[in-house]
This record gives sequence, structure tokens and C-alpha cells, in this order.
Amino acid sequence: MVLVSVLLMTVDHRQQHLETIRAGISVALYPLQYLVNLPMAVGNWASESLATRTRLLEENGLLRRRQLEMELRLQKFAALEAENSRLRAMLQSSRKVAERVLVTELLAIDLDPFKRQVLLNKGTVDGVFEGHPLLDAQGVMGQVIHVSPLTSTAMLLTDPSHAIPVQVNRNGLRAIALGTGEADRLEIPHVPNNADITVGDLLVTSGLGQRFPAGYPVARIADVQKDPTQPYSQVIATPTAELERVREVLLVWPAQAQEAAAP
Amino acid sequence: MSLVRHQNGWAIMASFTAALGLAIMPLPDWAEPARPEWVTMVLIYWCMALPDRIGVGIGWFMGLLLDVAKGALLGQHALALTLVAILTIHLHQRLRFYPVWQQSLMVLVLIALTQLVVVWIKGVIGQPPGSWTYWLPSLTSPLLWPWVFLILRDLRRHFQVT
Repeated sequence: MVLVSVLLMTVDHRQQHLETIRAGISVALYPLQYLVNLPMAVGNWASESLATRTRLLEENGLLRRRQLEMELRLQKFAALEAENSRLRAMLQSSRKVAERVLVTELLAIDLDPFKRQVLLNKGTVDGVFEGHPLLDAQGVMGQVIHVSPLTSTAMLLTDPSHAIPVQVNRNGLRAIALGTGEADRLEIPHVPNNADITVGDLLVTSGLGQRFPAGYPVARIADVQKDPTQPYSQVIATPTAELERVREVLLVWPAQAQEAAAP
Repeated sequence: MSLVRHQNGWAIMASFTAALGLAIMPLPDWAEPARPEWVTMVLIYWCMALPDRIGVGIGWFMGLLLDVAKGALLGQHALALTLVAILTIHLHQRLRFYPVWQQSLMVLVLIALTQLVVVWIKGVIGQPPGSWTYWLPSLTSPLLWPWVFLILRDLRRHFQVT
């Protein structure tokens, strides 16, 4: 048994052969997970269906106003998108903006407290795949690492073994954002001391890793420490996505041929 | 021993299922690192009470389930629980005669051992927990052991699980 365990761990750590076993066992565990999630789901349902009329009216009004605002912004955006694709067509570099999106919910299940992972209620049945980018309304959250038919496990940006290729939105400076294991903190290593990066800069996905679609917000620079005796400056960023708060998240299918050859 | 017919295995299964459910139940953030090792405690009890029935194989399998449920590396809890099952079966005659508080001390040692195994594995694959709160379950589990013990003993006696 000890030998089998050690063998399993080695194979699981080095190769991908065990995903089917993991998926099979997690299907067997699904009823249990469903049961554990049930009180939370019932609570949500109850608070939704027992809400007072005035509160609902208030919320309705708020959402209506926001919808109007968003539509206004979208009008401009549509024109800009058309212009952008026209300009790109002139430069002969295609970059698709449209991507397919699936709304999914987090299950109220606690995983290993020292990793930053969450469980989603969609699996291969809904077309989720390994490496699937996960977003919320504010930005990138992470990516899917294990899929089973009914559920999938996603790793958040802040997991210590997660890294995501980013660029500074202001000037296109490329970097990598590493998770630290803390809830609100990403590290940007290997940024030279003379690089143009300041507190408040928005980091967006660069699409270079071929995994995340380009152009989604990832984090905001929170702190830059430049020490002349060190080759690189210490840069800390805060994720824009509400990693520890949201319940509903989006899975995004990256558009094919994201970055065709630019001239 | 083999002449005795095993019966009421569903009670054992139910207790393990409940333990797994407790192991993934959402807790508030401050309490999460201190979550007791429910599955390990239930395994220790059954290995102590029915060593000819619950043993290394079941321990290994429960560990595997725990690995999948927790999203951990496949086999890390399996290895830890296998070791616990071996040790508990080895010690079961002594454990049965200990008063409950002394059993709690043994539970502390056994659970600290599983955590040590898991922390080694995490260290080897490069994901050390990096905080002393990792060791809290070794303290909270023995504190809850008397209740786990009493509940499972009543369960065993009431349903005459053999």
C-alpha cells in the first residue's frame, strides 16, 4: 500500500495519466459534495425568495441604471471595435475579440486551506477542459486544473504554483504575475529597476502563454520598491477579480488563432 | 474470529461518509486551518474497535477519496492514512484499555504523524504550507476525540456492528 501510494503520487505529480481515475472518483464524490453544498444553496434560495418588495424594487432600479450605463458604453465600444478590426485588417494582423462564455457557480466546498483552489459546478459534460480560463466580472480569476464529468477544480491566480503572463496596459511592458498563497497579493518578478512601472498601473493578460485570452484585466500594481543594490525591483500587485467573494464566475473559450503573425 | 459473521457494515460506511462530508464542509476563514482531521479520527476508532474488519486497505481507500475531495496530490492522504491504520492495528489492544484522555494523547501523536507525512510530501513537490497554523489540526482533533469516541462507540453498540 505504501509503495502504491508513493507510485501514485509520483505518477500524478509528473504525468497526466491519472486524470481519468481522479475524474471517476470525483463523480462518486459528487452526491456528497452536492449534499454539503445544499445548506448554502438553500440559504441563497431562501434569501432570494424571501426578499422584501421594497428591496427588490431598489435592486431593480439599481440594475436598470447600471444596464443603461453599460449600454451607453457599449455603443461607443461597438464603434471602437469595428475601427480596431479595420485598422488591424490594414496591418494584416487578425485578433478576434469574440469569445464564448459560460456562467458557472462555485460550490461551497472547502479544499486544501493552503492552496488557493475552488470547485465549480460544471464539468466535461458542459465542455469544460483542462486549462480553461476562469474570469469574474472584474478580471481574471484563474484556470481549471482538474475536470470530471460534473465538476471541475480551478486554481486561483493567488495559488503559490500559479503564474500568468501579463503586460502593463499603459505601455505594453511584459511580465509574469506569480501567486503567493496570500489572498490579495501577486508578485511580479524580474522587473528591471529602470522599467516603467508605477503604483496603480493595470496589468492585463498578454495572451502569450496561449492559455488566457489577451486583454483581460488581471491586477493593479500596489507597491513598487526600487533598491539600487538589487538587479530587479520588488513589485506587488492586487488582483482585480474578487477572488474570495464572488459565487458566480465565467468560463471563457479563447478564440482560435488569437495572435496571428503581426508584421 | 473468521467464524463471526460481519454485520451492519452500513454504519461504518455512514460514519466514514459523514467524516468526509465534515472534511469538505465550508468553515469561516478563521476556523479553516483548525479543521479537525475527521476521517483520520473515524479510521482510528474503527481500526481500534474492529481491527479484523477495518484495516490498511480501507484506510488507503479513504485516503484516496480524501485526496480527490480536497484536490490534493493523489496518494498523499492515502499514504498517511495507511500508516495510521498500520499503527492503530498494531496498538489496538493497548488503546482499548486506555482511558479516553490517554487515547486523546495517542490520537495527537497519530495525527501529528499524518501531518508530518503530508508536509514532507508537500515539501518534496515544492508546495510547503509556510505557516505554523498548518499544525493546528493535531491539537484540535485530540480535543474532539472524546466525543468522536463516545458517538462511534454508542453507534457500534446500538447497531451491534461486528
